[in-house]
Amino acid sequence: MSETIVIAEIVKGAVHSTTAELITAAQALGSQPVVIVPCTDAGTADGASEMSGASRIIAAKSDVFANYDAAGWAAAIDAVAPSGVIVASASPQSKDLAARIAARRGISVVQDVVKIDGHNLTSPIYSGKAMQTVALSGDAVLTVRPNVFDAAPSGGSTEISVVDTTGDMATAVQEFMARASSRLDVAEANIIISGGRGMGSPDNFVHLESIADTLGAAVGASRAAVDTWESIPHSMQVGQTGKTVNPNLYIAVGISGAIQHLAGMRSSKYIVAINKDADAPIFQHADYGIVATWEEALPVLQSTLSSMMA
Amino acid sequence: MSNIIVLVKQVPDTNARIVLSGDRVDLSAVKKVMSPYDEFAVETALQHRDANGGEVTAITVGDAGADKVLKDAKAIGVDHIVRIDSSESLDSNALQTVLASVVKSMDANVVYCGKSAADTGAGSTGPGLAERLGWASVSNSISVSFGEQLSVITPSAGGNARYNVPLPAVVSCDKGDMKVRKPNVKGIMQAKRAKVDVQTVDAPASTVSVVSHSMPPAKPAGKSYEGGAAAAEVAQLLRDEANVI
Repeated sequence: MSETIVIAEIVKGAVHSTTAELITAAQALGSQPVVIVPCTDAGTADGASEMSGASRIIAAKSDVFANYDAAGWAAAIDAVAPSGVIVASASPQSKDLAARIAARRGISVVQDVVKIDGHNLTSPIYSGKAMQTVALSGDAVLTVRPNVFDAAPSGGSTEISVVDTTGDMATAVQEFMARASSRLDVAEANIIISGGRGMGSPDNFVHLESIADTLGAAVGASRAAVDTWESIPHSMQVGQTGKTVNPNLYIAVGISGAIQHLAGMRSSKYIVAINKDADAPIFQHADYGIVATWEEALPVLQSTLSSMMA
Repeated sequence: MSNIIVLVKQVPDTNARIVLSGDRVDLSAVKKVMSPYDEFAVETALQHRDANGGEVTAITVGDAGADKVLKDAKAIGVDHIVRIDSSESLDSNALQTVLASVVKSMDANVVYCGKSAADTGAGSTGPGLAERLGWASVSNSISVSFGEQLSVITPSAGGNARYNVPLPAVVSCDKGDMKVRKPNVKGIMQAKRAKVDVQTVDAPASTVSVVSHSMPPAKPAGKSYEGGAAAAEVAQLLRDEANVI
């Protein structure tokens, strides 16, 4: 019988906590997975050993894993992964890697899975306006959305075997350009506060930034805001032609909730909407809706959060 | 001189409402457009041609209804348009196999595509095609400079990374700061007369098949409040009820 394989999610050289969710997803496919930890130093795999539910852990050790290169990573992981269904995170980097590994093995890839029922996999399509369920017959690589599957409990002590591997790098990183601010990008954050054209002026985003800094959140924007104001970059845009996000908490301020925007954030775990128009479509998707201007609501939110987080 | 390929896909208008008929989406009343990220891929391909010379070929996979997306690409300025004929739904393995077979036959230097298609949102085609061709790939490019090699900027943890990408390569494109050129009257007239090169390629059997479509699960009605003072209560609920802060 073939195994189920989890590729640990690596962020800045460490095993990311979403890896525990991947273990749960892999178990839903029928077996305790083998977890592969791409690393330059086998000690990195310690971060996965306390996640329970894995059958074994392979620390796949190679200099290739120092910087991301799709071709090199796919080759080095393929060399150590047994055959079977492979599960990875639906982060931009791991979706890219999943597609390359699948192609390398001549099998298919199913991205952004949010539900596993036997060999039926469900993913959002049309940016979440509908869902598609597909049936797998044979091995495949799948990526699962973060914050959907429960994390496998900690307290495990799975054995780690270290395997040296390698692959040919195709690209080379020339330089990293760190963001000017230390604030997270919307693609990385677990909490996002976004502003729309209802903010009135890009200068007023400073109020969102201040709440973001209190919460350790990222600041996002609607397409209308990005298209209207040059100082709001496309990298902040959440929506169908921006970034699709899946945070624990999404706070939408002065955003009406155009279908374009909803497509990028509707699967957030909790949604707070602040808008002066009680009929704004965003309220139909909000767990907590506040009909108010941002001028009224944000100072209250800021002071309450500041005292809570103090 | 470069032989540049751009992959384009026809998708439902991103502003369209999606409806079901039985357990399948019903797109019969929905306008079809070029997938938005493919517009950035077409623009990047044309910039590559502007910089290095050469010719741009747009390729799509589909039935005759997909010719429109090729004509749209032609109107913007690509030189040649190719449709790989298929009326079936192909899984990623089948789709990439037929694309690889056609790209190989064309002696190309580079393939550009959108970072993902607006229908599936998967983003598998670029990297998967590159692997099958044995080429380098970079996904989610926000800027490309053209030389002997490509210099590609892509988002990375904590900022952006600049990659040196040797050719041949596949680059999937995000918007970045790009302004896309629009078709002009001459381009639209040329597109009308342009002939689509239709190719037929055998596809392997798909191992991923669609079982059903459904609407996203409805969210239970949330709590609603009037007036900004309620923000204090909501903040408290985010901690005590939702446990997210």
